[in-house]
Amino acid sequence: MSARNIGIVYRKELLEALRDRRTLISTILVPILLFPILTVGVGFVIADLIEKADREPARIMILGGTDSPAIVSSLAKSKNLIVVSGPANYVDLISNKKIRAAVEIPPGLQSGAGTDFAPVKIYMYSGDLKSTTAAKRIEDFFNDYRDNLARDRLTVQKLPASFLKPFVIKQQNVVSAEKVAGETVGGIITYLVIIMCLTGAMYPAMDLTAGEKERATMETILSSPISRTHLVLGKFLLVLTASLVTAALSVTSMGVSSWVIQHFQDQSSGSTMHIKIGLGAVLAVFLVALPLAVMFSAALLTIALFAKSYKEAQSYISPLMIVVVVPAIAAMLPGIELTPRLSLVPILNVSLLCKDLIAGNYHWNSIALIFLSTCLYGGAAIFIAVKMFHRESVLFRS
Amino acid sequence: MIEARSLSKRFHDKKRGEICAVENVSFTCRPGSIYGLLGANGAGKTTTLRMLATILEPSDGTALVFGHDIVEHPEKVRSSVGFLSTATALYPRLTAEEMVEYFGRLNGLDEATLKKRIDDIFDRLDMNSFRDRRCDKLSTGMKQKTSIARTLVHDPPVMIFDEPTLGLDIMAARTIVAFIRECRQAGKTVILSTHVMSEVEKLCDVIGVIHNGSLLAEGTPTRLREEYQEKDLEEIFVKIVTAHVAPHAGVEVS
Repeated sequence: MSARNIGIVYRKELLEALRDRRTLISTILVPILLFPILTVGVGFVIADLIEKADREPARIMILGGTDSPAIVSSLAKSKNLIVVSGPANYVDLISNKKIRAAVEIPPGLQSGAGTDFAPVKIYMYSGDLKSTTAAKRIEDFFNDYRDNLARDRLTVQKLPASFLKPFVIKQQNVVSAEKVAGETVGGIITYLVIIMCLTGAMYPAMDLTAGEKERATMETILSSPISRTHLVLGKFLLVLTASLVTAALSVTSMGVSSWVIQHFQDQSSGSTMHIKIGLGAVLAVFLVALPLAVMFSAALLTIALFAKSYKEAQSYISPLMIVVVVPAIAAMLPGIELTPRLSLVPILNVSLLCKDLIAGNYHWNSIALIFLSTCLYGGAAIFIAVKMFHRESVLFRS
Repeated sequence: MIEARSLSKRFHDKKRGEICAVENVSFTCRPGSIYGLLGANGAGKTTTLRMLATILEPSDGTALVFGHDIVEHPEKVRSSVGFLSTATALYPRLTAEEMVEYFGRLNGLDEATLKKRIDDIFDRLDMNSFRDRRCDKLSTGMKQKTSIARTLVHDPPVMIFDEPTLGLDIMAARTIVAFIRECRQAGKTVILSTHVMSEVEKLCDVIGVIHNGSLLAEGTPTRLREEYQEKDLEEIFVKIVTAHVAPHAGVEVS
């Protein structure tokens, strides 16, 4: 094994990668910008939309309520509600967004002569932000009305306000901030690391194999004295580097974005998020993800080597995304816990373990089993990649 | 020296089954001379040369290149060979100098020797004006010079050229032809494949006619002219190939 030759190939591939705009975009620019755009950017846009919907008066319709004039009048005077009158085809009007909601007042609501517990029905367009906001305003109005009515009745009966609420219920978190982080964002961070390990390796893997065939440089390098094993290992190390750099930049970018959001939230609401992810946990996640990145890099090199062109390689590799995404997402589903059997399922095992690591749970037996099994899968993938580089039918496929 | 001994190469094709691209080919190329492998498209020239350069492994037979067996010691063979063809392109994102450096290092040259070799070659081929220019920004002629420099950097005793002037303009082709002559003058063993008769006339000391994977005839141009009673090499080539095809066609008919 000549480390010198592997190093020569690696340095040359690194130099070419750093000069390739497409590699720089996929490995560096996308992971840095993706999360600020997704979290901060999209977050601000959504916040702005909600704020606009909050400020905008909503057109609503009242159905019934002829025997409850005070309620109707009071509702009409509510802030940001415009009561419209008209035909009773409120379903069409809500569907066509001519009005945002309609409220049906049961008979005898004001006088109290109506049927007990007759509902005040609010009709709305589920999923529509403006309709939801209007419905919430109507609901708030009737909640206030109900509370005032109850308070008046208690006063008449000379009963204290606590008569209706003899006690309050309060939830209290008792676990550490790390464990909360593991349950809430652990799955997302793990998913991110796994997907970025894959996407970071994709472009370089295609460029270094199918790209070489397309550019007719494969025969040039094969005519040099370097052995094919050293050649594929040099290429593999570059793909692995790209994979890890992409994943590291993604997590860093996500961390910074989350900090920015948290900072703004704290300033605006005065609340503090009780989530903490230690640097040790992040490093542990990377250590466990390393053999997975090895497996991805070698597998991608092998698959892309079969292709004659970059486009063909893309069509071979795209389905692999689904193979990786499914187990990575499965780990985020509630109720899926790490078991000895799942510890051997590639990708899913790393995904579940990383979630545990972020939560600060270090089950050393599982860690050893998963790390070793993933190393084994990674080693097998490298072995196959080396074998494929020795096959003429793959290298010179026509 | 190149000694091909019963070289054969078979490929498997899903539709056509087993295809024999080269069958039992033997010849010898001596230092200081140019051996021309003459044949039509698909005759087996490229496959033969790829086997000699150890890019492909022979199905049967072997060859000695500068004393190294192509099956037993392919890496030693490649260290002794400079391989140039239209399919050996340059890395577009490397500069001309980086390209040559890369292959020098792969050939085991130390940094001091490499620098000296590159300076010598770049001076000799007048390449200093585009030394730091990326290969994707080079003209065809510049690319050819860089490819030549790439094959020369380790000063190989054996040069293999696979249709080296295919698709090149006159000026670029002349550069290559001049380079091949220089290789002969330098005492290197040179083998080239071509189907361009004028190139054969200009360059080759020995000609091997290959057709359907078999070496049908071999000799100096003078000997072949005497044997086939023709002055024109193209006519000789047609005679050799026709003589080979006709008996086979006859067998099929009968």
